[in-house]
Amino acid sequence: MKAVQYGRCLTGIVRREALRFLHQRGRFVSALVRPLVWLIIFAAGFRFVLGVSIIAPYETYVPYEVYIAPGLIAMIQLFQGMQSSLSMVYDREMGSMRVLMVSPLPRWFLLVSKLLAGVIVSVLQAYVFLGIAWFWEIEPPVLGYFTVLPALILSGMMLGALGLLLSSAIRQLENFAGVMNFVIFPMFFASSALYPLWRIQESSLWLYTICRLNPFTHAVELIRFALYGQLEPVSAAVVLGSLVVFMALAIYGYDPARGLTARKAGAE
Amino acid sequence: MSAGKDIPALAVTGLSHAFGKREVLKSVTFQIKPGERVALLGLNGAGKTTLFSLITHLYNHRSGVIRIFGWEIKDRPAEALSRMGVVFQQPTLDLELSIAQNLAYHAALHGLEREAAQERAVREIERVGLGDRLHDKVRHLSGGQRRRVEIARALLPGPRLLLLDEPTAGLDIASRQFLLDHVAKLCREEGMAALWATHLIDEVDPDGRVVILHRGRILAQGPVAEVIRQTGAADLRAAFDALTQMPKAEEDA
Repeated sequence: MKAVQYGRCLTGIVRREALRFLHQRGRFVSALVRPLVWLIIFAAGFRFVLGVSIIAPYETYVPYEVYIAPGLIAMIQLFQGMQSSLSMVYDREMGSMRVLMVSPLPRWFLLVSKLLAGVIVSVLQAYVFLGIAWFWEIEPPVLGYFTVLPALILSGMMLGALGLLLSSAIRQLENFAGVMNFVIFPMFFASSALYPLWRIQESSLWLYTICRLNPFTHAVELIRFALYGQLEPVSAAVVLGSLVVFMALAIYGYDPARGLTARKAGAE
Repeated sequence: MSAGKDIPALAVTGLSHAFGKREVLKSVTFQIKPGERVALLGLNGAGKTTLFSLITHLYNHRSGVIRIFGWEIKDRPAEALSRMGVVFQQPTLDLELSIAQNLAYHAALHGLEREAAQERAVREIERVGLGDRLHDKVRHLSGGQRRRVEIARALLPGPRLLLLDEPTAGLDIASRQFLLDHVAKLCREEGMAALWATHLIDEVDPDGRVVILHRGRILAQGPVAEVIRQTGAADLRAAFDALTQMPKAEEDA
């Protein structure tokens, strides 16, 4: 297989993901409505309940909406990552995963392409959200819109890889409800998305430790700092490290020699 | 392609596979030559789908050898997969995308050049009689039409071996006949090798070859007339019944 064939394959997978996304308008709208509901309703309600002191990267007191915006962007990416994992599980049952896997290109490459395609969609969603949020006075510096891009790509890949890993491990479609309960909610709430970690530390030290270890916290912080033109090195390292681990495990899961697909087929 | 005349399109030798302790395939051996259409006849649960999963490298087999034009699927998956086209039992098209978009996606997965792929797509889709529907969404096609698109899609990369896993499931008689004729023609005129899995005896070409798979074992194989003669039955249905109802002891022998 030549490099040009790899290129064509990647382009084809990205194009399909984009076309599917454009054709599923409901999915696009719901992907945006979810964070907007949090931003417009939840944040308004909690604005005066939760006081936020001055913490980096902010230089002044910021309204609660401004504080949770990066967390909501990460939430968009978390959902997108899990949704593409849902579509992987669904695809596999419907068989189109098998179409992907009869490609003569190596399986790791197919999975990485699938991951990148999902990330492109999640980055687009994040920017549309940022555009709408601007009207709610979420106004990061202009430079921030550019510096946040690499952060979005990295966090999107990490969360997408987590989705891929779960899709290789989930036996059945129905279990996505379980993914919501056991992955999305805990990851989102036990993170710095909705409240600064020092507040959690005040109430519970062990919960604080969990939040610090949660890769989603680091995705949120990576995005938060990048949105203000800054790099949070610890978060960047944790997100990158998690990405490598999740992706390696996902590729292992889909490997025809060792993987879980065979065991799963046996359980059918 | 390196397909010499005597290299079988598909050679399965001593293939066994088990899920945990449950054996689903037991020393399965058969071959398909270029230009041959072989019917893989077996009831549901005979192991047909597992066999297809192994040949298409969804996962590795435990023991035995699977060669596609000489390439062992486990060791050289790229060479083997690039020579086969597959029509899966489940529908696998993107309903929201057009026929053309579905075909373009598949061509890209196989690393085909875009314009060449488009030309091929037009040609293959015309051959299955859907030339005027190229830009229609798959959602608007009937079940039979979708299956035809899937055959056209499988042929895009120019495979020499076509694998069809119960391709007529849920289709009406006319669509079924169309698929049977189309594949027969591919074999006759273009030297395509085809493995057609089915549980329907009337889909087996009476002049062709059949492999009868039952509970993971091959009970009989060869030209249909030969299989009927060996069992001393009147027709293939009787032969199939006679073979699959053999007492367990004889089956294990």
